[in-house]
Amino acid sequence: MNTVSAQRAASTTTAGGPYVRIDRLTKRFGDFVAVRQVSLEISRGEIFCLLGGSGCGKTTLLRMLAGFETPTEGAIFIDGVDVTQVPPYERPVNMMFQSYALFPHMTVAQNVAFGLQQDGTARAEIESRVREMLMLVKLEGYDKRKPHQLSGGQRQRVALARALVKRPKLLLLDEPLGALDKKLREHTQFELVNLQEKLGVTFVIVTHDQEEAMTLASRIGVMRSGEILQVGSPTDIYEYPNSRFVADFIGSVNLTEGTLVEDEPDHVRIDCPQFGGTVYVDHGVSSPPDATLSVAIRPEKIQLTRERPEQADNVLSGVVTGIAYLGDATRYLVRLPTGFMLRVTAPNMFRREERLAHDETVWLHWHASAAVVVTR
Amino acid sequence: MPGRRSLFVLMALGFGFAFLYLPILAMIIYSFNASRLVTVWDAANSPTLAWYVELFQNAQIMESARLSFRIASLNATGAVILGTLAAFALERYRRFRGRALFGLLTTAPMVLPEVITGLSLLLLFVALQDVVPWLGGRGATTITIAHITFSMAYVIVVIQARLATVDRSLEEAAMDLGARPWKVFFVITLPLIMPAIASGWVLAFILSWDDLVITSFVSGPSSTTLPQLVFSKVRLGVSPDINALATILVLIVTVCVVVAGTYMVRLERRRARDAQAAFDPAS
Ligand SMILES: Nc1ncnc2c1ncn2[C@@H]1O[C@H](COP(=O)(O)OP(=O)(O)O)[C@@H](O)[C@H]1O
Ligand SMILES: [Mg+2]
Repeated sequence: MNTVSAQRAASTTTAGGPYVRIDRLTKRFGDFVAVRQVSLEISRGEIFCLLGGSGCGKTTLLRMLAGFETPTEGAIFIDGVDVTQVPPYERPVNMMFQSYALFPHMTVAQNVAFGLQQDGTARAEIESRVREMLMLVKLEGYDKRKPHQLSGGQRQRVALARALVKRPKLLLLDEPLGALDKKLREHTQFELVNLQEKLGVTFVIVTHDQEEAMTLASRIGVMRSGEILQVGSPTDIYEYPNSRFVADFIGSVNLTEGTLVEDEPDHVRIDCPQFGGTVYVDHGVSSPPDATLSVAIRPEKIQLTRERPEQADNVLSGVVTGIAYLGDATRYLVRLPTGFMLRVTAPNMFRREERLAHDETVWLHWHASAAVVVTR
Repeated sequence: MPGRRSLFVLMALGFGFAFLYLPILAMIIYSFNASRLVTVWDAANSPTLAWYVELFQNAQIMESARLSFRIASLNATGAVILGTLAAFALERYRRFRGRALFGLLTTAPMVLPEVITGLSLLLLFVALQDVVPWLGGRGATTITIAHITFSMAYVIVVIQARLATVDRSLEEAAMDLGARPWKVFFVITLPLIMPAIASGWVLAFILSWDDLVITSFVSGPSSTTLPQLVFSKVRLGVSPDINALATILVLIVTVCVVVAGTYMVRLERRRARDAQAAFDPAS
């Protein structure tokens, strides 16, 4: 899943300065703060994903970019122009709605042509651009159909064509794949990225699906209760989360609290009572001594063995209490003597191997670089 | 048991229908009676269309019918235009000041006794006649205005209910694609609420077509609507041509309701199918 994002990251670095600048944007509904002091910079040609749980303000932020909500505070600049007070019909931005919002009384071609008609584009040009757009989303021959005569995936593509036909510089997509089933979603993710590449449009995508964000995004902004907690490439977010929340929200993680017992510039040692021992980390931590820290270790970075491993640090032992065979990998739940449950994922490298059994006592170990220390 | 039960249901249904429609049926049958005495069936010469022929030759009745039709159509059109605007304001601009009061005021005529509506309108017209001279001579104009004020309330209810089912994101999508608000209204919202507008029009037409009470307050000597004419004739004694006239009125209302009903059902089905399809991509 990282091939696409790697590709994306490579092509974005070549693009120029910030195309969209969001400056301390706040939106209140009455007393409720839906978006709080959000500042962001999005480059030209980038796929930026806003990722967060339901109700965290992603849609509200997107709607402010589209012009449907007026910010309570802050400003939005697109291509250097302050568009904070510009109405939606005058913004160089188009949006693809979560529900698709296709006009039910118009045909596919009329839906796609709608945006161009508002600009008074010549009829012949409208026709050719609609045809071109429908070809791009592989819907030639469907132009006379009404939305109700299309499948879910086809409707999604009409919505995309309609939003792209005006050649916006910025396309906003609210849960673009949320209504599709899993197979179609995976397929469509790649089409979406291909299309974005071909047209060079900047995408801002809202999603609550972390896997989708990892697949599509060149950068991800993780949101929680109206705030952006971390912005970074999928790899950054996954490997170097800056908070317990981000570590926990993206993928699966073992989180425990601890205190610094050894604090050197090139390594630290943290005492984790729940592990019943110390964790050795091969990088320094900038935090006051005696502060409570959290240690995050991804399940796939822990190895399980029957024999005691050679290394001295980062070794624990426990009892297997849960096994989930997933085909490509197996997930284990291991109970430590302290009672703490550790999640471990092991790849199934060999077809025939003697797998661990329930109630078996095993050794766990991980590399000094595996654990991440977060201070909040 | 189900047999007994269904028999009971059938009987209840039968009585219900009989209660509702036997008087009308009797009236229709007697409209073909040759006798001048309404209650005596002249078996020798009936049925006959004589009363209908007489009806169409009666200049006074034809004049009233034309007036009623004109007022009803004008009223329906006016009520639909104003009603749509009011419904739009009530449904789409949720939080303007005085919204609750506005909503109450527009629908009040529905529950207000007709006598009061009629009387207050008459007082208004009388008070205004010095300022607005063309309201002075009460007649078709004042009747139409009066009818619009009370039938608009019904139209608002019908259209507002429909407007509530039109997804706002459709309007937002249109705006996002560059359509200004008024354009969005005409190109997106209006077509989607068309069925409600059509049924609102028919409803307003029928309300005006058979209104007597309010009309009596605001009409002038030169304008007698059909219900007024029927009423004044009946007061002098029921004559068979009234039966014929009433039969025609019933026929017109029935045709309106049936045509509007089937049209509505068809539109409704199509709309439901479209809307469902547009928002349920899983199908
Ligand atoms: N128009 C509104 N009025 C009041 N509250 C709103 C409005 N729109 C959104 N909210 C609230 O703002 C919060 C964030 O909503 P939203 O941006 O839709 O979340 P998300 O898209 O991340 O699920 C929610 O708690 C929601 O109830
Ligand atoms: Mg949302």
